[in-house]
Amino acid sequence: MIATPSPTCMLEPAFHPAGVGRDAIGLGQSAGRGLDVRHGTILTLEDISVSFDGFKALNALNLYIGVGELRCIIGPNGAGKTTLMDVITGKTRPDRGQAWFGETLDLTRMSEVEIAQAGIGRKFQKPTVFEALSVFENLELALKTDKSVWASLRARLSGAQKDRIEEVLTTIRLEGSRHRPAGLLSHGQKQFLEIGMLLVQDPQLLLLDEPVAGMTDAETEFTAELFKSLARQHSLMVVEHDMGFVGTIADHVTVLHQGSVLAEGSLEQVQANERVIEVYLGR
Amino acid sequence: MTRPISITLLAKAGPHLGRGLGALALAVLLALPLLHLLPAEHALHVSAYTLTLVGKILCYAVVALALDLVWGYAGLLSLGHGLFFALGGYAMGMYLMRQAAGDGLPAFMSFLAWSELPWYWYGTSSFLWCLALVVLAPGLLALAFGFFAFRSRIKGVYFSIMTQALTFAAMLLFFRNETGFGGNNGFTDFRTLLGFEITAPGTRAALFLCSLALLVGSLLLGWRLAHSKFGRVLTALRDAENRLMFCGYDPRGYKLFVWVLSAVLCGLAGALYVPQVGIINPSEMAPTQSIEAAIWVALGGRGTLLGALLGAGLVNGAKSWFTVAFPEYWLFFLGALFIVATLFLPKGVIGLLGKGDKS
Repeated sequence: MIATPSPTCMLEPAFHPAGVGRDAIGLGQSAGRGLDVRHGTILTLEDISVSFDGFKALNALNLYIGVGELRCIIGPNGAGKTTLMDVITGKTRPDRGQAWFGETLDLTRMSEVEIAQAGIGRKFQKPTVFEALSVFENLELALKTDKSVWASLRARLSGAQKDRIEEVLTTIRLEGSRHRPAGLLSHGQKQFLEIGMLLVQDPQLLLLDEPVAGMTDAETEFTAELFKSLARQHSLMVVEHDMGFVGTIADHVTVLHQGSVLAEGSLEQVQANERVIEVYLGR
Repeated sequence: MTRPISITLLAKAGPHLGRGLGALALAVLLALPLLHLLPAEHALHVSAYTLTLVGKILCYAVVALALDLVWGYAGLLSLGHGLFFALGGYAMGMYLMRQAAGDGLPAFMSFLAWSELPWYWYGTSSFLWCLALVVLAPGLLALAFGFFAFRSRIKGVYFSIMTQALTFAAMLLFFRNETGFGGNNGFTDFRTLLGFEITAPGTRAALFLCSLALLVGSLLLGWRLAHSKFGRVLTALRDAENRLMFCGYDPRGYKLFVWVLSAVLCGLAGALYVPQVGIINPSEMAPTQSIEAAIWVALGGRGTLLGALLGAGLVNGAKSWFTVAFPEYWLFFLGALFIVATLFLPKGVIGLLGKGDKS
């Protein structure tokens, strides 16, 4: 039932005859056809700091996400969760620190469009779809393909591409609404459409900002199933407040507080952590 | 629904009627220049005044269409499209002035006691070079302006103000005699075009047919664009530019393409307008001209190509009647029309015809 596109990332054994470290694997070179994730880490953030008018939104943050991992990020309001997503997608430039996608792509030097094309997809906190276009057309635009002006002028959907859109329509349970304008969908349906747009985009890393906000219990449960089936082929980073939801999906949880990582581990470990209890309960 | 019954019926009659009306309009427009060729005393003769008036409106309709492409689809409200129209007109005017002057200098240069042509006038005695200028002058200006504006991510009201400032600055420049385009008098007293008398019925009819062909061609091109993936990307750009960027599209190229295309269409319309009305001067670049074009599109219905045509036709038709019948009240009427359209017809006149019911 769940669509499973073939992974395009290279998974190689962690053995490097030429040496160790970034120099040995061609630091700063383009990744070529596939994303270079030979160390098994898809996202590396080291010592990232961002400040807005003196306010430190992120403070020397370190975060590593492995290939195929499903990571949940939790934290109180103002902990820097959305800023973190902005840094990864190129919307905000860090004042300090390094951000690597795979081993070779320096996110701090790439534009938002380049980052999206390299394979990082993002779902916004408020569901954002193209309201004037139909559900099918929304998916058509998101589909992984050549996105230059000339390509769009001559674009025709191939049979395989149509099948892929149909497949995702079934996955997100919107096959009956394919010709409806996306603006007329309910809040939950828009959330699913945006997730569907990420699926056809086929990114290797999905960033999801509060994906189940405003969903019914049944929809939340279904989303949890969907995300679990996506992990392994894709890496997911989910920012969420709903602890029940986090408990269902996450194998690994990171707690952010005042712009840096407070605790990391399984949900039980994190919930038992003294400092986390202090921050959340304000003791 | 509190719609008049006639409109409901019209909407129910559906695309067949719409297509029928379109074909009828096209047939009438094709017949006009032929009827103009009839002898003046014939009952069906169409006067030069009527033919020129309709020809002028056809050129304005191309401007409305071009503006609708950037505003209705890509969400870029330009308040400076009159500049591109005027540049196309001036390029054609240069050729017409050279034709009228023969081997000498254009008359206004003799008055300024200039002894030779400024460098940018070289080659303008060639019709082909002037045609190239008609495309290049507005096209290159739009390319340069758009490149910097879109690179700096200028949008919304700031973009509109900048386009307005651009056309105003150009108007001041063209008002100066030293600029070499005839100052505030502009170009007039045209005599021949490609050797044909410019006021001859045959020439008028041919110019009218060219305008009609340009309009139909622009409409087909616009329709193809709007129904391609390119058109859908533009709509997406208008509604959620950030989302589109995170889908991996670079908005700059898309904006630049449609912006330059729109400017070139305006330039072509201006080039056909000038020989029909017989004059081009800097008042065509006045900010009010460009704002009026935006009113045509808003009134007809932006985001639909036919709406833009309808708006240009209705407003200019009303204008030509009103400015004769009640000359003092025209601007009040235009303003009232705009307010009524904004308050009661958010989808424009075309929205009345049932297109709005689908969504």
